[in-house]
Amino acid sequence: MNMKISQEDVQHVANLARLRLSDEELVTMTGQLDTILSYVEKLDELDTTGVSPTTHVFPLSNVFREDIVRPSLEQQEALENGPKTDEDSFLVPKII
Amino acid sequence: MQPYELGVEESLRALEGGTLSSVELTKSCLERIEKVDDDIGAFISVDREGALMAAEAADRNRSAGSAGSLCGVPVAVKDLLNVKGLKNTCGSKMLENFISPYDATSVTKLKQAGAVIIGKVSMDEFAMGSASETCAFGAPRNPIKKGYVTGGSSGGSAAAVAALECAASLGSDTGGSIRQPASLCGVVGMKPTYGRVSRYGLTAFASSLDQVGPFARNVADCARMMQVISGWDEMDSTSVQQSVPDFPAALTEGLSGMTAGVPKEYFTAGLDPEVEKVVYNAIEALKARGAKIVEVSLPHTEYCVAAYYIIASSEASSNLARYDGVVYGFRKEGENLLEMYKNTRSEGFGAEVKRRILIGTYALSSGYYDAYYKKASQVRTLILNDFKSAFTKCDFLVSPVCPTPAWKQGEHKDDPLAAYLSDILTLSTNLAGVPGMSVPGGVTSSGLPVGVQLQGTHFAEETLLRAGWNLEQELQLPAGKIDI
Repeated sequence: MNMKISQEDVQHVANLARLRLSDEELVTMTGQLDTILSYVEKLDELDTTGVSPTTHVFPLSNVFREDIVRPSLEQQEALENGPKTDEDSFLVPKII
Repeated sequence: MQPYELGVEESLRALEGGTLSSVELTKSCLERIEKVDDDIGAFISVDREGALMAAEAADRNRSAGSAGSLCGVPVAVKDLLNVKGLKNTCGSKMLENFISPYDATSVTKLKQAGAVIIGKVSMDEFAMGSASETCAFGAPRNPIKKGYVTGGSSGGSAAAVAALECAASLGSDTGGSIRQPASLCGVVGMKPTYGRVSRYGLTAFASSLDQVGPFARNVADCARMMQVISGWDEMDSTSVQQSVPDFPAALTEGLSGMTAGVPKEYFTAGLDPEVEKVVYNAIEALKARGAKIVEVSLPHTEYCVAAYYIIASSEASSNLARYDGVVYGFRKEGENLLEMYKNTRSEGFGAEVKRRILIGTYALSSGYYDAYYKKASQVRTLILNDFKSAFTKCDFLVSPVCPTPAWKQGEHKDDPLAAYLSDILTLSTNLAGVPGMSVPGGVTSSGLPVGVQLQGTHFAEETLLRAGWNLEQELQLPAGKIDI
């Protein structure tokens, strides 16, 4: 069977996306992704040579404003939803 | 008649006439929620105290002569639009305990207009799904028929309005998430032009496709909601600097001089005959109102599912990278930072969200970008051109919203591609950034609602509201019977 995507590919992509899949999830996801990616091959029926891609429907231009200090989220408010914090910072596992 | 049965305009008339106070109206809705919502499941959280305080303030403002255009009207908000001080779960374990530190712009506008925010409503996890069944906290059910889905992803927004738990609501539409549940639950829902409504404070799913829009019981109520939430916002650089028309004034009698296009590709195999019948009946109704009917073609319709699921998943994989257990949301500890990330994301996200993150990450990964994301973005141009070409021949398009009426709960669970394919009639709208709406068109023989989709060119919401209002006037459908 010609698979679009292998379990190794899915494992690699999961790692890039910082997801861990159980053995069972890996099997299910590989099958489902394969079905979906095979379906997506449908796009190859279309010749898109010279067609410019659309990433936004309206042309986007930079929006400028004066660089003036304005009130923003207070430190304590920003920390309130933190899963692990001390007085003035977010805590994470030791990095160095 | 109980106060909770009133729509937006009806409520406003009663409030203005002094026969009803906002406190009475809000209490009536809260009692209604108490009575029916264990069964319907539209709400994730109800803000009883906040709603009553807002209602008291609305009553005070009204007697002081400073009533905004939604003063005292109870509305619900999809649980991905931030409302300061309330939870914003996005239907995910990842944000189960997240409390919004600020208001989304659309919510600020509701509050400024005097609306009473009664609670936050259910949705597919991070708006990914077509039946609201990927919600981590249980799915709402269709108020018109027990055992059937509401549609999604804004299923709670549709169900709350259909079950008379509030006068109107806000949802979001990335690929049909307002129009499809509106169709399946028998209410009006509008996805505005991309950029018409600010996305500031809307939790991002696919940023180039997401748009906030209203649900209401009728087109006039929808027009008023649109009036309130529309407009450029300096906090959203993709919102468009376009003046907001007087939407309620667009609801004028008759459609003479207007041409409705019927896209032939929307009436293909797989379209339920009962849905087709309702839509053809609606086309006749538009004709009776004076509209000319022409057949048009959107030749790339069959490619929209493939293009959409690449683009939306790619954008989602990037947007959802922020959920890493560091500054907010769920965290599952690990022995180092990488393990903490993986534990957090693997336990915090449900299967559909993981699936889309994987598709998107794959499509954007080294060596595959051109074959998937670039190709899909090129096909998006072809889809946009289809619409441009169609709108040289007609003022708006009329079609089904969803190929079928509501299906049984749990039916699409193990076949994601089948679920994606059911979105084929709504995805192109978002890829092209044009406005679309669903207006109730009738019911099937088993009583399930069927909506009629109207699509217009960029910023043609007035045309859609006018056509939708005329359709509603011509059809004169009885109010949907609620199955409680």
